[in-house]
Amino acid sequence: MRRVVVTGLGLVTPLGADVETTWSNLIAGKSGIGPITRFDVSDQKAKIAGEVKPADHPWGFDPNKRVDFKVQRQVDPFIVYAIDAAGQAIEDAGLENMTDEEKERAGVSIGSGIGGLPGIESESLVLAEKGPGRVSPHFVHGRLINLTSGQVSIKYGLMGPNHSVVTACSTGAHSIGDAARMIKDGDADVMLAGGAESTINPIGIAGFAQAKALNMSMNDQPEKASRPYDKGRDGFVMGEGAGVIVLEEYEHAKARGAKIYAEVVGYGLSGDAYHVTAPHPEGRGAELAMKMALRKADLQPGDIDYVNAHGTSTMADTIELAAAKRVLGDDLSGASMSSTKSAIGHLLGGAGAVEAIFCVLAIRDQVVPPTLNLDDPDEGTEGVDLVPHHARKREVKAALSNSFGFGGTNASVIFKKVD
Amino acid sequence: MSDTADRVQKIVVEHLGVEADKVTQDASFIDDLGADSLDIVELVMAFEEEFGVEIPDDAAEKIATVGDATKYIEEHKG
Repeated sequence: MRRVVVTGLGLVTPLGADVETTWSNLIAGKSGIGPITRFDVSDQKAKIAGEVKPADHPWGFDPNKRVDFKVQRQVDPFIVYAIDAAGQAIEDAGLENMTDEEKERAGVSIGSGIGGLPGIESESLVLAEKGPGRVSPHFVHGRLINLTSGQVSIKYGLMGPNHSVVTACSTGAHSIGDAARMIKDGDADVMLAGGAESTINPIGIAGFAQAKALNMSMNDQPEKASRPYDKGRDGFVMGEGAGVIVLEEYEHAKARGAKIYAEVVGYGLSGDAYHVTAPHPEGRGAELAMKMALRKADLQPGDIDYVNAHGTSTMADTIELAAAKRVLGDDLSGASMSSTKSAIGHLLGGAGAVEAIFCVLAIRDQVVPPTLNLDDPDEGTEGVDLVPHHARKREVKAALSNSFGFGGTNASVIFKKVD
Repeated sequence: MSDTADRVQKIVVEHLGVEADKVTQDASFIDDLGADSLDIVELVMAFEEEFGVEIPDDAAEKIATVGDATKYIEEHKG
């Protein structure tokens, strides 16, 4: 059977424009959440977000590093983040100089939950104010979700499967799981997989606020607003960015002496069949996804050392936790479970990919990242290590990442250390 | 360089991200400046905005060089 391993990582997040900066800030307990700076929020109910920082910030993002000037002008930010994160992952994996033959066996699976909302908003205003003759000729392909994978394949000449998942906040996890299957099935030897999102714009914030999904009560304390499992939690904080990993067939990676971070051993998928935005109150869909991932991985509950929770800082946190208890045991069989959304907010379609990378890094460094702001744990959290406030060194041989999205779409991915 | 040529050059530099000295009147948008057909649509829109002229599709299709654009604008601007 073909095995699939992770050999490269790339991140653009509110805590850094690369993997090591993001990770060291996360482990240090820093927060990437602050007041929205990109537009006037005076009439918005939610005024805070986890923005990717501008280039002059200590951990800011410089799009000129890896994205052509013309592309930057034509596409929405989520595509810019995806191209940069994919470039980081290729460089990290040492795959910059693939032969034409190798490129035919290398594909891309980078999705987004929403796509180019800022560009749809601004071009709609152009249409209303100036008419159809002023709408940009780049409007369509600069906003389409699969132009993440399209732009990356064009830039790097990758001619393998070109796929793009759209499953709301499960996108990043599904992208990785689907890509791993493509390698297992022999469709490709290398896949760039991940997710990207950037919807911190007036209609994006207003839309989620109107759906009562966002935190609106802590605008004056942005760093405290994302507080998964805490009694005072009151809605998620929107983040933005991208995470992309290089997945590679194990023998292929070994043959070229690649650095191997971890193996993708399990992937579970399910649907809630319940409600458009609310999770099933008993977390049945979440439970099914986790169970399937464990079964595919051929692991026992006690084998999981770390769970990166979906944990959005909403009422759903304790539903996920109850489901995790049913799958792993009342004390999660000793596993630590944390929500890194407490530090970077919810990256929506990018979340599953970024959090998968955190699982991989937890395995690499034998440390689990914290759940910030967990001052007053909610009922039902007793006896579970939710890693409050501070990162902790511990053994991490296998890590599970959960992602759940609007429409009731669930995905769980398990990564395991390769001995 | 005429005022029109100056402003045309500035728009081309801004849109295509090319060096200003490459944007000569003889330069072809596609062959010399790396534009594709959609970039030209965008440039024509920018010229229309900047100079308050209307460049119909059949005229736009004949604009191949920076000089073609400058000439058309000078002949048609109000």
